[in-house]
Formats: sequence, C-alpha cells, structure tokens
Amino acid sequence: MTESMIQPNDNGLVKGQELIRVEGLHKSFGKLHVLKGIDEVIHQGEVVSVIGPSGSGKSTFLRCLNLLETPEEGKIFFEGVQINAKGVNVDIHRRKMGMVFQQFNVFPHLSVLDNVTLAPVMTKKMSKEEANETAMGLLKRIGLADKANVFPRTLSGGQKQRLAIVRALAMSPDVMLFDEPTSALDPEMVGEVLDVIRTLVKGGMTTVLVTHEMGFARAVSNRILFMDGGVIEESGTPEQIFGDPQSPRTREFLSKVLF
Amino acid sequence: MRVIKLIAAAWPQFLQGTWVTVYTSLITVFLGLIFGSLVCLMRMNKSKILRAISTVYVEVIRGTPILLQLWIFFLLPAQLGLVLDKYFCALFALVVNSTAYVSELIRSGIQSIDVGQTEAARSLGLTSGQTMIKIVLPQAIRNILPAIGNEFIMMIKETSLLSTFMIGDIMTVRATVGAAYFLPFQALIIAGIIYFVLTFSMSKLLGLLERRMRQDD
Ligand SMILES: Nc1ncnc2c1ncn2[C@@H]1O[C@H](COP(=O)(O)OP(=O)(O)OP(=O)(O)O)[C@@H](O)[C@H]1O
Ligand SMILES: [Mg+2]
Repeated sequence: MTESMIQPNDNGLVKGQELIRVEGLHKSFGKLHVLKGIDEVIHQGEVVSVIGPSGSGKSTFLRCLNLLETPEEGKIFFEGVQINAKGVNVDIHRRKMGMVFQQFNVFPHLSVLDNVTLAPVMTKKMSKEEANETAMGLLKRIGLADKANVFPRTLSGGQKQRLAIVRALAMSPDVMLFDEPTSALDPEMVGEVLDVIRTLVKGGMTTVLVTHEMGFARAVSNRILFMDGGVIEESGTPEQIFGDPQSPRTREFLSKVLF
Repeated sequence: MRVIKLIAAAWPQFLQGTWVTVYTSLITVFLGLIFGSLVCLMRMNKSKILRAISTVYVEVIRGTPILLQLWIFFLLPAQLGLVLDKYFCALFALVVNSTAYVSELIRSGIQSIDVGQTEAARSLGLTSGQTMIKIVLPQAIRNILPAIGNEFIMMIKETSLLSTFMIGDIMTVRATVGAAYFLPFQALIIAGIIYFVLTFSMSKLLGLLERRMRQDD
C-alpha cells in the first residue's frame, strides 16, 4: 500500500490529517494466521468501507483498531499515539473511538437512557445531569426519546442498533467503527439504521465500516478496502473498486456479490 | 393424636429450633455470596497462585462430605489450643462449605454473560473493573438468583447435620423434645413437617420469582 493510494484522490472530498495509522499488522488465533501484514492510514473525515469475503479478516482488522483484539505484530497509532505500545492505557483512547457491533450488544439491565449515559458518567466525562441532557438530545435525533425509560428488551432490532450507535456517540468519539451494523437485522429495519449512519457520515464523522451492503458502501464511502485472505488486496475510491477493479480477486468477489 | 399433643406441649421449642435453622441458613448463604464473589474473582484472576489456591479450595470442599467438614472445624480449634463457641465453629464450617459452591455459581453466572457485553463496555472506554461491576455482575447475579435460592433450600436441609453437635436447630429440638416426652417418632414427624413446609414454600416462592423474571426478558 503506497501513500498515494491512501491519500484522498483528485476530486478529494476530504483532506484531513492522519487519524489512525496501522503498520505491519499481524494477528493469529492459535495456529490460524488471520491478518497477514496490513498497512493502512485513515484520515480525519474519511469514510472507509471494508468489504471482502467471509473469513477474510475484516472484523479482526476493525477490532484491532481499538484493541479488542491484541495483534502479535505491528503498530497501531491513534491520533499520533501508538496505542498498542507497552504501558499505554488503552481505555483513554477507546473513549474517542466509538464501536458498533453486529449483535447490537445493548445493555439489557439498563434503561435506554442509562445505556447512553453510563459511559460518559463512568469515565467522568460528564456529570449525571449533563449526560442525561446529551443523551436525551441524541435519543430525540434517532426518534427514541419516548423510549428513554424503557428497557431494551422492548425495542426492535433496528431500534436497538440505533441505540447502540448513540450510546457510542455520547462519548463524542473522533472515529466510529462499524462491524456489519445491519447484518443481524430483519430486512425492513436495515434502512432506518443505514439512515442514521448516512446522517452521521454526512456530518463529517470519520468512519470505518465493515459491510456487505455494497450499494450503501458505494454511496457513502470515500474509499473502499477490499480484504481477502488477511491482507488488503485492493484499495481505492468506490468508482475505482466497483467500476474498474484491478485485482482478479476483487473482480471475482464483486461479480459474486453484485447480481 | 400424639403428634398434636406433642406440638401443643413443645411448640415453643420447635419454633425456636426453626428460627435457628432459618437464620443459620440465611447467614450462611449471605456470607457465602460475599466470600464466594471473592473466591470467584480469585479463580478468574490472572495470578496463577491465586487461581491454584482457590481451585484447590473449591475442589476439596466439593469433594468431601459436609459432615466431615463440620467435624474438622469442631476438632480443629482444640488442635490449635483454642476454645471456641460451638455454634461459631458450626457456622464457620457451613460458610466455608457454602462459599465454595456459591463461588462456582457466580463463576458460571459470569461465564453465561455474552462476551459482546464486555466488548461493548470496553469499547466505550470503561475499565475492566467498571465493566465487571456495572455490566457483567448485575446480569450474572440476576441469572443465578434461582440457583442461589436453591442453595438456601439445600442449606436449610444441611443444617440438620448441626444436630450432631446439639446446636439448637430443628433436628436438635427433635432429639431433646423426643427424649423428654418419650415420643421420638412423633418428634421426627413434626421436624419433617417443618422442613417440608420451609423448603416447599421457598421453592414455590422461587418459582414465582423465576416466572416474573422470565416475563421481564
Ligand atoms: N476469537 C477468535 N478465535 C478464533 N478464531 C477466530 C476468532 N475470531 C475470528 N476468528 C477466525 O478468524 C478468521 C477471520 O475472522 P473475521 O471475523 O475477521 O472475518 P470476517 O472477514 O469479519 O468475516 P465475516 O464476513 O464472516 O464477518 C475466521 O476464520 C474466523 O473463524
Ligand atoms: Mg465479520
């Protein structure tokens, strides 16, 4: 991966500074070598979608970015700090990286409101009152304000995922990481979640999105990473990747998923 | 009916015995929960030594009869040249026993919580301690509440072993009253009825609680 490929292209929508830098990333689970050397830079304001076949390491790559997985080899920098260096308190950095999971992972024992306020209050980012106010504002934006005091079990999948998104946003992160946010949803609920992500992206949120929603990835991304076999096989603008893929493996993958 | 006659004559003693049985079981399970949480934290600790100590403890307790443990804690103070109240010794033995079982319950409760919960909390920047206290433990304890209730029911029955040492529980009263009135069989029947009423109503109550909780999900 050369620098020119990861810089925003000519019609460059974004000219941001470096936010996340990944160098020589390797990750294995036991004997299974999943990530086989990844170099990548995500810039401020960029929207990067990660696509690729199942098992290619997309989730693992994303989870390495906030160190939910600990890589054996390589460096991960976030806002200039190597967060996987010895002695670095990763909790502090995670507060600036929101993550949304395929399975929502909302907290079932907390009310909708408490789901959103928990982290800001626990991490002493906000007072309880301030957090409540922020949370209500966020819930209003996604149309869940009237559900503030109910427990998540009464929410639909789409509502749970929207809750998970604002729970992460309550920490006002500098980047949002999405791991197939719509894959566990009934088809009729995919749209409402993609709408929230689209609004977020339009608002300038730096985003890394692992997805099988090719149409959406094409529509909202500045850049697409195609992963295969634990490496980034190809990277480029949506037009390049979907319109004129260079690698035969990219072509093969796209021919399978499109149509 | 000699049973009724015996009840009429000795109900205060039986009531007193019931009270001893109930509060001994309550204290045991309550302390078992507290110490069980600590032992559970040891078992899930990074430190190999803490893990080894707690594992040996749990396995030894679960692998030997409670009556034997009671005897050990009765004879141990004398071996060490101490004189201790016999109720204290008995309670100590029960707590040591219950702690081992409850710690395993808590451990299974913690392991039953989806790792996604921990990952979500950690991704928000919560520390591992905060995640345990605010996210994992509340859900784990809720999940094992029925099992804790069962442990309480078990304890009510197991405290009957205390009568070996004449501690004042239902079975002790059964022995003294039965001998005093020359009605040992009738005293046994009464004790049996008390145990059954206690455990049966407890388990009905638990069932109710469980159903309520399932509706909540
Ligand atoms: N915790 C783990 N332990 C063992 N193996 C794992 C673990 N997580 C992932 N793997 C394996 O690593 C490989 C890559 O997994 P990963 O989840 O990153 O793929 P993916 O590209 O996200 O696939 P999908 O599109 O199916 O989500 C797979 O073979 C998977 O089985
Ligand atoms: Mg995945």
